[in-house]
Amino acid sequence: MAEAAARPAGAEILSVSDLQAWYGESHILHGINFNVKAGEVVTLLGRNGAGKTTTLKSVMGIIGKRTGSIRFNGQDITRASSDRIARLGIAFCPEERGIFASLDVRENLLLPPIVRSGGLSLDQIFELFPNLRERLNSQGTKLSGGEQQMLAIARILRTGARFLMLDEPTEGLAPVIIQQIGHTIARLKSEGFTILLVEQNFRFASTVADRYYIVEHGKVIDGFANSELSANMDKLHTYLGV
Amino acid sequence: MQALYAQLLVGLINGSFYALLSLGLAVIFGMLNIINFAHGALYMMGAFCAYFLLHLTGIGYWWALIIAPIVVGIFGMILERTMLQWLAGLDHLYGLLLTFGIALIVQGVFQNYFGSSGLPYAIPDYPEIGGFRGLQGGMNLGFMFLPVYRGWVVVFSLVVCIATWFLIEKTRLGAYLRAATENPTLVRAFGINVPRMITLTYGLGVGLAALAGVLSAPINQVRPLMGADLIIVVFAVVVIGGMGSIMGSIITGFALGVIEGLTKYFYPEASNTVVFVLMVLVLLVKPTGLTGRAA
Repeated sequence: MAEAAARPAGAEILSVSDLQAWYGESHILHGINFNVKAGEVVTLLGRNGAGKTTTLKSVMGIIGKRTGSIRFNGQDITRASSDRIARLGIAFCPEERGIFASLDVRENLLLPPIVRSGGLSLDQIFELFPNLRERLNSQGTKLSGGEQQMLAIARILRTGARFLMLDEPTEGLAPVIIQQIGHTIARLKSEGFTILLVEQNFRFASTVADRYYIVEHGKVIDGFANSELSANMDKLHTYLGV
Repeated sequence: MQALYAQLLVGLINGSFYALLSLGLAVIFGMLNIINFAHGALYMMGAFCAYFLLHLTGIGYWWALIIAPIVVGIFGMILERTMLQWLAGLDHLYGLLLTFGIALIVQGVFQNYFGSSGLPYAIPDYPEIGGFRGLQGGMNLGFMFLPVYRGWVVVFSLVVCIATWFLIEKTRLGAYLRAATENPTLVRAFGINVPRMITLTYGLGVGLAALAGVLSAPINQVRPLMGADLIIVVFAVVVIGGMGSIMGSIITGFALGVIEGLTKYFYPEASNTVVFVLMVLVLLVKPTGLTGRAA
């Protein structure tokens, strides 16, 4: 699977078509269509409850009932279990960060198993997030919100997965931390990672994203590139209500 | 004084079984969220497994210590795969009722063939080291006479308990376990096969029960209801110690065994109820148990 990283920029890594998903009885996604190309940062925008997080979770295989088609590196993963999806090279950083309280920072950092070679070394991770080195022996949930977010991102960088899904990485964080996370995403992008981002913070998203998709009522209703951003500003205000 | 030490020793022995059994219950509860009422029946199966090994194949105690936990552990894993896994996400009550039913069936089957009386299982008489024949006989410690087998049970149980604690609290595998106890969905999304880990965890907890069964065979004889009698006390131990904590269940297990032993010496009439009195007190004062997390 090393060829995944070596794919030329521009090749489609993830393609989602007519994705529908349910939480128990409630039908959340009604036909999501989008794709992500190698080396891109793609952002899903939309209001609260539009289905952005559910889309990420469906790609990750966490949502129990899902139909349609999700293809990753040409492989159909629509029905795959989430542990298998992770082993194919998709890493997920959840909105609630998912830091484990019963594990210390070191254990949290080392928890996700290496799924392939090419992940960041611990030294590279500490270079990105120097705070973590100081806090290795602290209990995971004793960290500040910003440090927890850094830990949540850091631990998936070790695994060798080259496709990252980050769910609202800036939520509830101070501007200076948001800036640091922005630098990190830019740095990861320059190193060839492909990133699918969910954001409410449009201002932040516009500093890192190549392309946007607008999600509303469980559907993708629009999409455009960062270069077309200014031409689409009015529409965007309507979509997001900002 | 001799009698006091003797009761202390009995207390430590019982404490060993309480600790091994409540440890397994704690591990199973943490991962599967199931209150494993079949634990006593599986403990009994461990003892019977040792008995069968000896009388059907001639395989003795030392091998039984290894083989019985594996055999019963596999039996447990089959139970988990075929029945318990379907209860994931449901209320505790369903798991409790299902495992209680399994316990009744297993005990009923054994009672059907072996009645209620005990089958003898001898203390191993090999290997011969110095003046000792296996674990038979005893030694005079000056202040008391210590039967070798009983000393062995206490020391070996302690070692197994601490090894289990180390495995769960200090190793990478244990970190997976603790993480999956908190958030199995996310651990699975990191690429770990959580359902398989749950099955193995149940096997581990059940294996500990079977190991306790083998240890107990030479002391208490092998009886179909040996686990049914013990498990009620063990559940009281678990309630007192708290369900979630590994070290908590080990310490509470040994401590309550000793308290029971001391009660036997100072006020024998209360020795069978002291654990339950403590349970009521703990439930009134700290319902999550002395070391437990909220369930």
